[in-house]
Amino acid sequence: MEYEAVIGLETHVQLRTRTKMWCGCVNEYGAEANTNVCPVCLGLPGVLPVPNAEALRKTALTGMLLNCDVPGFSKWDRKNYFYPDNPKNYQLTQLDFPSTIEGFVEFEFDGGTERVRINRAHLEEDVGKSTHFADYSGVDFNRAGVPLLEIVTEPDLTGADMAYEYLNALKAILEYGGVSDCDMEKGQVRCDVNISVRPIGQTELGEKIEIKNMNSFSGVRRAAAYEIERQIGVLREGGSLVQETRRWDDALGITESMRTKEDAHDYRYFPDPDLMPHTPSDEWIAEVRATVMELPLARKRRLMADYQLPAGDAEVFVGDAALGEYFEAAAKGARNPKAVANWVMNNLQAKLSETNGAVADVKFESSAIGELVGLVEGGKISSRIAQDVFVEMFETGKAPAIIVEEKGLSQVSDSGELEEFCNEAITANPGPAEDFRNGKEAALNFLKGQVMKASRGKANPQMVGELLKKILGS
Amino acid sequence: MPHTLTISQLTDKLAQGELTSRDATQACLDRIAAVDGQLNAFLSHDPDDALAQADAADAARASGVSGEAKPLLGVPIAMKDVIAVNGHPLNCASKILGDFNSPYDATVTQKLREAGAVIFGRMNMDEFAMGSSTENSAFGPARNPWNTDRIPGGSSGGSAVAVTADECIASLGSDTGGSIRQPAALCGCVGLKPTYGRVSRYGLVAFASSLDQIGPLTKDVRDAAIMLGVIAGEDKRDSTNVPEPVPDYTAALTGDIKGLKIGLPKEYQVDGLDPEVKAATDAAVAELEKQGAEMREISLPHTEYAIATYYIIATAEASANLARFEGVRYGARVDGASPEQMNRATRGAGFGEEVKRRIILGTYVLSSGYYDAYYLRAQKVRTLIRQDFLNAFEEVDLIASPTTPTPAFKIGEKSGDPLQMYLSDIFTISCNLAGLCGISVPCGFSNEGLPLGLQLLGKPFGETDLLRAAHAYEQTTDWHNKRPELD
Repeated sequence: MEYEAVIGLETHVQLRTRTKMWCGCVNEYGAEANTNVCPVCLGLPGVLPVPNAEALRKTALTGMLLNCDVPGFSKWDRKNYFYPDNPKNYQLTQLDFPSTIEGFVEFEFDGGTERVRINRAHLEEDVGKSTHFADYSGVDFNRAGVPLLEIVTEPDLTGADMAYEYLNALKAILEYGGVSDCDMEKGQVRCDVNISVRPIGQTELGEKIEIKNMNSFSGVRRAAAYEIERQIGVLREGGSLVQETRRWDDALGITESMRTKEDAHDYRYFPDPDLMPHTPSDEWIAEVRATVMELPLARKRRLMADYQLPAGDAEVFVGDAALGEYFEAAAKGARNPKAVANWVMNNLQAKLSETNGAVADVKFESSAIGELVGLVEGGKISSRIAQDVFVEMFETGKAPAIIVEEKGLSQVSDSGELEEFCNEAITANPGPAEDFRNGKEAALNFLKGQVMKASRGKANPQMVGELLKKILGS
Repeated sequence: MPHTLTISQLTDKLAQGELTSRDATQACLDRIAAVDGQLNAFLSHDPDDALAQADAADAARASGVSGEAKPLLGVPIAMKDVIAVNGHPLNCASKILGDFNSPYDATVTQKLREAGAVIFGRMNMDEFAMGSSTENSAFGPARNPWNTDRIPGGSSGGSAVAVTADECIASLGSDTGGSIRQPAALCGCVGLKPTYGRVSRYGLVAFASSLDQIGPLTKDVRDAAIMLGVIAGEDKRDSTNVPEPVPDYTAALTGDIKGLKIGLPKEYQVDGLDPEVKAATDAAVAELEKQGAEMREISLPHTEYAIATYYIIATAEASANLARFEGVRYGARVDGASPEQMNRATRGAGFGEEVKRRIILGTYVLSSGYYDAYYLRAQKVRTLIRQDFLNAFEEVDLIASPTTPTPAFKIGEKSGDPLQMYLSDIFTISCNLAGLCGISVPCGFSNEGLPLGLQLLGKPFGETDLLRAAHAYEQTTDWHNKRPELD
């Protein structure tokens, strides 16, 4: 019997906001333990939460980027469980009326485009961080109360690689939207993986196994691959699976049971009486919608269509949004956008990394690269000279035409002058000249090089070739 | 005898230079030293800090700060041990908070400070405001100043005792199901529960967040109006606070209640209503009628479900609200081999019986499989109860009833029977479920010399009518001027 995997992901992402979800403490990573704390995020007696407007906006924006609806009513619930890093011993989250619902993410996978449905993206609060020492433990509450978005997919993923690509696509969307830095090292993205397997053709789902608290995408891929194989193995051997929560051991590359359904938590959710429901107005939703930006996949497709770029080039500009924006400005009105793309990806990027500069620091006008390409294509300068002109542009910010003018770099296309260069080259190099006459075509390139050198690159290479042939052939 | 004065009497004398705040504060401190040994109204107080505030108030007055700018300038106000005062103990009359001092001020504390009050004392109460007798305090019961064998009511028992026994000029309490009105009635002072959302809850340690409200306990209705004017108003730190403008409540005290329509709920003629209480309430109603109010019988058909509904919603909220007390970040801690064992040991040792009982009840009603039958259904009944009142308020401006079914009972009399204890909240509890405002004013004494209270309930944000009627009634009686003899 053949089996298939069914995977759903719950991804927790810290929102990038100035302050925490319920108080004015700074939302930042890496501060000294328990310095970004106050009575509210420490859960002292008597405090009350006040929702962070920026977090509500970024949540709605995320929902829109994930093609979700933003309902006119959402509310907060208390999820009750005791843990030392949980200051109130209940976590504020959204159980049945989340901020955003029912969307999808599209991403490229295995040569095609996949669509994974999003059940919801809801807002909750992060908890503190425990550190265990030899004979005691410490809790740092700097992270407690940081706004945390939980993005839940439908069980639409069918394999470990697909789950991995979905996560990469999701990360790209969140980074593009400016809603999260998605820094895995800082624990800003954590993932719970729900996996079951079933015989192909069966419609009902198999027993769901949840792998908790994954903090790397490659870990998710490895854990999912392992778990699918393990579950299929159990079934093939005639065994049965029970609903359970498992832990991924990254070092050993295996999952192991944490708890089964019987001892699952009863979180005793109920609506938080300290917070009013969030009932965004149409105007508020429209304001957020006005900030929606183009997503990576859409951008890639548009760059390919509008500028006739190959997929690889488009991906470079999607991956580096600032460079991509620069390219679009530079390619505006350019007749050969692909040539402009080459200049941006190769020369400009090299110069920027050489000088540790950013796109914003480029001195020349964004139209200059297009002009430079025009000079080459119009035969005004050679490609060789164009390289020098670019360096000059980068250093001084001057327009390419001005540089060519000032430095007298215009290509020599006067046939009399060129003929003189050609004759000199032939006279100075009788051997190669003879070779060419005897049918060795490659010898022509050597002579051409000599002419270019003598002209300090300014000779029109095409005319030089023709002239050399003419002289040697006569 | 400055400690026996009302706020309005004291502020007049302070303004005229007849008294200083130091005189008044010292008088309260002397009174505490003299009588609190038998009353146990104060869990703690800091005389030096109180006198320093009094001196600062006197200095401010000397430098020209007026009583209009600061309506409580130099007035000693005592605080229930559930309201945060920066740098002072915050124990909620529980052992579990250990030696915790609040590092911040509640919004009401800030507002009192801005009004110039001398904030002093931590008033005894039922642990975490759970109770109707102040017997549930981890630091011993407070006692009724009219008869120290009797309970003072609760949970704001200490706040009521201190006002009645003239240990302070006024106090703040909190009311979740009657915890201001009931002890005010049983001690013979005025207790006002404002409309839910009228006063910020920021800095009030939560018992049941959707029911809790801070309010004043005072020697007369005018003082209640003054106090409410100070503590009411918008607070961005409390999302459930309603940004309704704060009227001048003292301006409402015209004495004129002609044409005011007052409802008498037929469902409040319950078994177990003490005949003396009924007689006193009837007399008070007759007095209000004499003043020109119109009485109407009204119906609140869901009254019988109020107590059950309350004990589901309040305990559910409390079970989560009290989860934070486990010794990890603050308060008392009993060590254990694991976080879970530490948690169990700490909470087992730190909470009293009634608190544990309510946490267990609340945990149960929220449990998977029971949520719909209990919590969800209770919320629906709560809506019906609120609707009962809103319907009634279509026809009447206020509702009158006894505050409590009986006068103060004996200490220990009901502590073995929680259900009997819960029933003593029968007239006060619906007001919290429906989000109304309510007041208790003294309306007589039992044959045994125990105070009785008249309760008036008002529409949401109807404090103006409430205070006007309570004041008009008070003008015709002398009950509020009676004081217990204590030696």
